[in-house]
Amino acid sequence: MTDLKTVEKVVALAMIDINDEDKLKMQHQLSKIIDYVDKLKELNVEDIEPMRSLDCQRNVFREDKDFSFLEREVILENAPSREGAFFKIPKVIG
Amino acid sequence: MEELLNLTGFEIARRIKLKKIAGKEVYDFFQERIKMVNPALNSFITKYTNVDKIEGNSSLSGVPIALKDNICIKGKRITCASRILSKHKAVYDATVVEKIKKAGLSISGITNMDEFAFGSSTENSCYGVTKNPWDLSRVSGGSSGGSAAAVAARLVPFALGSDTGGSIRQPSSLCGVVGFKPTYGRVSRYGLIAFGSSLDQIGPVTTNFIDSAHLLNIICGCDSKDSTSSDKQLPDFTQALRNVDGVIKIGLPKEYFGTGLDSEVREIINNVVKIFKEKKVQFKEISLPHTEYAVATYYIIASSEASSNLQRFDGVKYGTRAECSSLKELYSKTRGHGFGEEAKRRILLGTHSLSSGYYEAYYLKALKVRRLIRNDFDNAFKDVDAILTPTAPTTAFKIGEKADDPLSMYLSDIYTISANLAGIPAVSFPGGFTKSNLPVGVQLIGRHFDESTLIQLGFLFQKVTDFHKAIPKISNE
Repeated sequence: MTDLKTVEKVVALAMIDINDEDKLKMQHQLSKIIDYVDKLKELNVEDIEPMRSLDCQRNVFREDKDFSFLEREVILENAPSREGAFFKIPKVIG
Repeated sequence: MEELLNLTGFEIARRIKLKKIAGKEVYDFFQERIKMVNPALNSFITKYTNVDKIEGNSSLSGVPIALKDNICIKGKRITCASRILSKHKAVYDATVVEKIKKAGLSISGITNMDEFAFGSSTENSCYGVTKNPWDLSRVSGGSSGGSAAAVAARLVPFALGSDTGGSIRQPSSLCGVVGFKPTYGRVSRYGLIAFGSSLDQIGPVTTNFIDSAHLLNIICGCDSKDSTSSDKQLPDFTQALRNVDGVIKIGLPKEYFGTGLDSEVREIINNVVKIFKEKKVQFKEISLPHTEYAVATYYIIASSEASSNLQRFDGVKYGTRAECSSLKELYSKTRGHGFGEEAKRRILLGTHSLSSGYYEAYYLKALKVRRLIRNDFDNAFKDVDAILTPTAPTTAFKIGEKADDPLSMYLSDIYTISANLAGIPAVSFPGGFTKSNLPVGVQLIGRHFDESTLIQLGFLFQKVTDFHKAIPKISNE
């Protein structure tokens, strides 16, 4: 059973605003899911190397050459708030 | 014109080439069909009105194709069926889009999906559910439910989807079409909005293996913009349509035929095996002993990767932004308002699995079990050339049936998830129909980079059966 405190900690880490009622619902659902994935505890995997990638390939290099993306305006058009060529956010420094 | 519905995309392209029909006529015919049939299905979320000038050339030139709403087309709206991206326009073409444009295909529209590809029913979409063309009270599967339903209803000859844990194959199974997940690394993911980066793969949804082979020829290949794309030499996948030589041995993993498998689905899969046996394909019972841990392993890894990939949706550079007075509020309110429930659940599960104190017990443990699952396949493929299983434990379920029980929804991916964890190719194709006329998908899983054997087997099956030719009758047609 995952307690509400753990859910609240995770909600803060993930930076998702969730109301108290939904937090309880999430607690209930995540508990069920986490109880299920706890199934992995049955396995002893001490000597197994974790599979961090599909490890079928060597390291990949590309030529160290710059290229420019010429359509800055196109990118900025997607911004929810902007000023000139900048993304605009609320004041950070007091 | 109605005969276009019964032709493969490849045959349509040939008629265009021979000038028996104009590309524009084909495009208009399918656009009209979308207009007529889509309101009942909600498989397309955007229909393009003007055909782009077709300049490229390939064996599929002139044929319309639909794209899932997580693949970037320059200048077009892309939303991943999420409120958080509701106004977003792609600023570049995905590599697969460049490739299909170069091949002369025309994009007819964008198909529905579960938000950010999180789901197995296309119910988690801000555009509403995509209905199953065989029974409008049932789901189309997911997350590429829009692509699968659109192809099944012949609103478009084929489509592209993405598959992280079965998101091409499971809806293809539920809608009665051919859904192909190529080997991890075969197709560039540049321009695919990321979900689980070690699992995601783009692939074709078609009605038949001829089109799958031709589309794979077009979309596969190494790409300097995706360092995980493989430089392994590309075969001509259409060669597999001519290849009839050699004895193929298929493994039947006993873990995929246990409890939880619907009895009618089991019967149909047994019948598929019988048909293959009549064509001199050999079968052998095998074991993939860690199968029962696949769903748990997958949901830890996929959610962890998703929680990381979705950090970029913070209301600063793109997407929607909630009313806020501080930067911290900007992030949390934007995300709280913009993400749907399932997206939040996955982000929280992933954040939990990666957080200090839980990392070793969940994420690291899952990475280790992932290796065991992959080893199971490596061992099995020493002895067999392909593995045959059901694609999903049941046929399409009712809309709303699993909506409040995320875990039971996750378990509908039980047979498809392992191929993503192992990075190997797999395909679902229609193997028969139940008494209530719902399609049942069969899954073939292959060795790394051996899509060809799967095409050869699938094509062999479709030469002697007609299940893939059945077209659903949609009530308001």
